[in-house]
Amino acid sequence: MSENWRDRLQLWAPYALTPLIVLAALPAMGVGPWLTLTVAGLTMGIMLFLVASGLTLIFGLMDVLNFAHAAFVTVGAYVTVSVLRPLVGWTTEYSLTLNLIALFVALVSAAVASGALGFVFERVIIRQVYGAPLRQILITIGALTVIEQLVIVVWGPQALVLPKPASLRGSVFIGSSSIETYRLVALAVGLTVAVAMHFFLTRTRLGLVVRAGVEDREMVQALGYHIRRVFVGVFMAGTALAGMGGMMWGQYQELVTSQIGDSMTILVFIILIIGGLGSVGGCFIGAILVGLTSNYVGFLAPKLALGSNILLMALILLWQPRGLFPIAEH
Amino acid sequence: MTGAGADALLRLEGVHTDIGRYRILHGVNLEVRRGRVTALLGRNGAGKTTTLRTIMGLWKARSGRIMFDGQSLAGMATPHIARLGVAYVPENMGIFGKLTVRENMLLATAPSGFAESHLDRVLESFPALKVKWDSAAGSLSGGQKQMLAIGRAIVEPRRLLLIDEPTKGLSPAMVDQLVAALARLKGEQTTVLLVEQNFRVAEAIGDDVAVMDEGHINHTGDMAALAADESLQHRLLGLRMADGL
Repeated sequence: MSENWRDRLQLWAPYALTPLIVLAALPAMGVGPWLTLTVAGLTMGIMLFLVASGLTLIFGLMDVLNFAHAAFVTVGAYVTVSVLRPLVGWTTEYSLTLNLIALFVALVSAAVASGALGFVFERVIIRQVYGAPLRQILITIGALTVIEQLVIVVWGPQALVLPKPASLRGSVFIGSSSIETYRLVALAVGLTVAVAMHFFLTRTRLGLVVRAGVEDREMVQALGYHIRRVFVGVFMAGTALAGMGGMMWGQYQELVTSQIGDSMTILVFIILIIGGLGSVGGCFIGAILVGLTSNYVGFLAPKLALGSNILLMALILLWQPRGLFPIAEH
Repeated sequence: MTGAGADALLRLEGVHTDIGRYRILHGVNLEVRRGRVTALLGRNGAGKTTTLRTIMGLWKARSGRIMFDGQSLAGMATPHIARLGVAYVPENMGIFGKLTVRENMLLATAPSGFAESHLDRVLESFPALKVKWDSAAGSLSGGQKQMLAIGRAIVEPRRLLLIDEPTKGLSPAMVDQLVAALARLKGEQTTVLLVEQNFRVAEAIGDDVAVMDEGHINHTGDMAALAADESLQHRLLGLRMADGL
């Protein structure tokens, strides 16, 4: 194989991984379950992407490892409960329009609440520990515990029920496949956010600064941009996305507990490592891979389900030690 | 630097800079005259890069004064210094490899985007950038990256260019091309502070020269005078440097 072809293969192989896994799963389970599990995997992946994308940018831009990111997921989920309670008339009515408006209000509220909390969090906690990774780990883990306990103080220790809106319960049938309606909505919402983020990062000056900052923040400053201010914006956006992820995940599970964010943490870090630190595109592919693997393995080999994503991460790291699309060098 | 009354755009007075526990600059005094190219020469570890980074605010001066067009840069953040019209081309070029050539250049422009006349001038000096306009900057050769780094620095009108070892690691043909582009800048009366290890390049472009050793300036004067005085070159720079190796 010529050098040129080897380079091309090296370049495109990470992109081909997801379609290959999807195609390989088809003969193993038959069309019906395959379609159901593929949509389920994509939905799970897109929700994980919302949470993980902010975290990867926060790390890529300023080397900040925020272990409290899960807290913003939790806050987003609880704010959703509070927002949808007075809108119960809109969610129990069998009207797709009213149901979607209620979800939209909840989504925006969760994003705003988590984003605002993120702004305060950056000022009070993160700003004190720039450039000190060990202190970052300790203080953000501590902050995670404090926020989760505050959530219990405000909303109580009991799990809260968060029923899906009336018209989004049940399933759509395509041939022998049954696909939950809510999953399709969550997939559409997640993809819309992902496309908007892609547009922001590739078509706007600020997005360009963010992408450049992930590569070399010192040079970005030398070009006249205040990287700290950009970081505050990215931190807020990242926590707002986590809040959106919490809203959608809580609604998907129909149950909200103070541990809802924690339950995603391991998967989110696996996604960051698989995708390559600092890469939003890598994060997207990593999240989809994790979502699909969880669902396929859960069906094909339930006993392996728990460790499937760790196994996936190990295999990818053996192949690409810095993840599929690494950007951050620092 | 070369006589009283000279029109200094940049003046460093007794600048000390520490990196960690180590003092790298020991009272640097330097003037960069308006519209001229000042070559900053010296052996590895003499403090040339530290001087540029200190001017740019990337490392903070512990003491001393840095005056840019009569304004003190002390305590000023790097983005503020950049917005005064100071452009920096670091030794590692500071190219964003995942971004395209166009995106790299766009980052250095005003919010309104490219000014056609300036962009045309850059692309005329560095035609390779036009060919690679929509390619990832990481895919460029070393010489093309250096062209991009310098092109990015001059895509907007700048008052002062700080360029750190632009010819390092380049092929002779690429060095010639770069020297031609820098000579064109010189012809446009751009003020440049150029750190360079290659004496022949410094000689070809520099109007003034400052030589550093162990964190301070130990010689300033006309480039032409230093170029004509071999014994001075040997004394200040050593054989390797003076031979342009």
